[in-house]
Amino acid sequence: MSANIVYAILVTSLATFLSRFLGALTSEGIKETSKLFKWFNCLAYATLAALIARTIIFPAGVLVDASYYSRSIVVFLSLFVFFISKKNFVYPTIFSAICMAIINNYI
Amino acid sequence: MINKNFFFKGYRSTFTHDSPAIALTCCFIAIGALFKNLGFNIQESIFSTVLTYALPGSLVMAESMLIGASLLNIFLAVWIVNARLYPMAVSLFPLMMHRSQPKWKYYFSCHFIAISAWLIMKSNYKNIPKKHRIDYWIGIGSATVSVSVIGTFLGFSFSEHLNKDMMLGLAILNPVYFLCMMIGASKTIPVTLSVLFGTILGPIIYLFSPEWSILIAGIIGGTLAYLVGEHSVS
Repeated sequence: MSANIVYAILVTSLATFLSRFLGALTSEGIKETSKLFKWFNCLAYATLAALIARTIIFPAGVLVDASYYSRSIVVFLSLFVFFISKKNFVYPTIFSAICMAIINNYI
Repeated sequence: MINKNFFFKGYRSTFTHDSPAIALTCCFIAIGALFKNLGFNIQESIFSTVLTYALPGSLVMAESMLIGASLLNIFLAVWIVNARLYPMAVSLFPLMMHRSQPKWKYYFSCHFIAISAWLIMKSNYKNIPKKHRIDYWIGIGSATVSVSVIGTFLGFSFSEHLNKDMMLGLAILNPVYFLCMMIGASKTIPVTLSVLFGTILGPIIYLFSPEWSILIAGIIGGTLAYLVGEHSVS
């Protein structure tokens, strides 16, 4: 293994584990019925929603190659599939991949 | 030690009909292909997936390496992107804490905190006795990490056969799946508002502060949702 790559992986995993471990450590004194727990629950959902919205609107990696319009069309159509399939998670997910490949190729 | 019944119950919950296994595998196929393009070998790719087990963090590491960033820069960039794992841990572990369980289980299993495992646990924990929730959680985490490793291996092995359209399809799959899961989880006023505010604020704040946008949007959106939720209850 290349030393640089191994160091980068170790540093990345340390930076990731730090937040997880501090979270586990802090939560020892928090009751699930407390207001603090409810607040953190809201923070967690809002943070995840912000991450997902940012990934779709301001993506990183290969998604940059798809236009904003094609990403938006795929997401809206996939949500439509999600609701008509009675909130099944798998159908819209598979649909999104196929739809993106088609839209990016032909539109 | 770990209760096998609840461990395997948690492990199997990842492979139900609306399982995240397909989305996770596809995402890590893309990551595996990306690692190969970056010059990683198969051991390094799997090592990275097992040790990091967080897609945004892996992407940031890959991008940082491409521009030749220092280790300190990689650490800070990944830490900022993955700081969301802190509120996720604090909003999950109190649900699993039990006096009879040793602390090492909690410290060890915090590594499994990621969107997919977190959402599965959040939607299933009420059906599991509190004493055994940690074993159930370790089962979920083990299953999602296994799926991630398989995806990385497949992506690395077949990267030459993945064209641009296929990579795009794999990349969009992850946010769409998690968006659907978040909407599916929005069953109370505070959670629904948290998802709504986070979705709106995330991209807006990104325009002003790309590095801190997720955290700031999470804190503002989550706090607003909490206050509105408390007000509606009272």
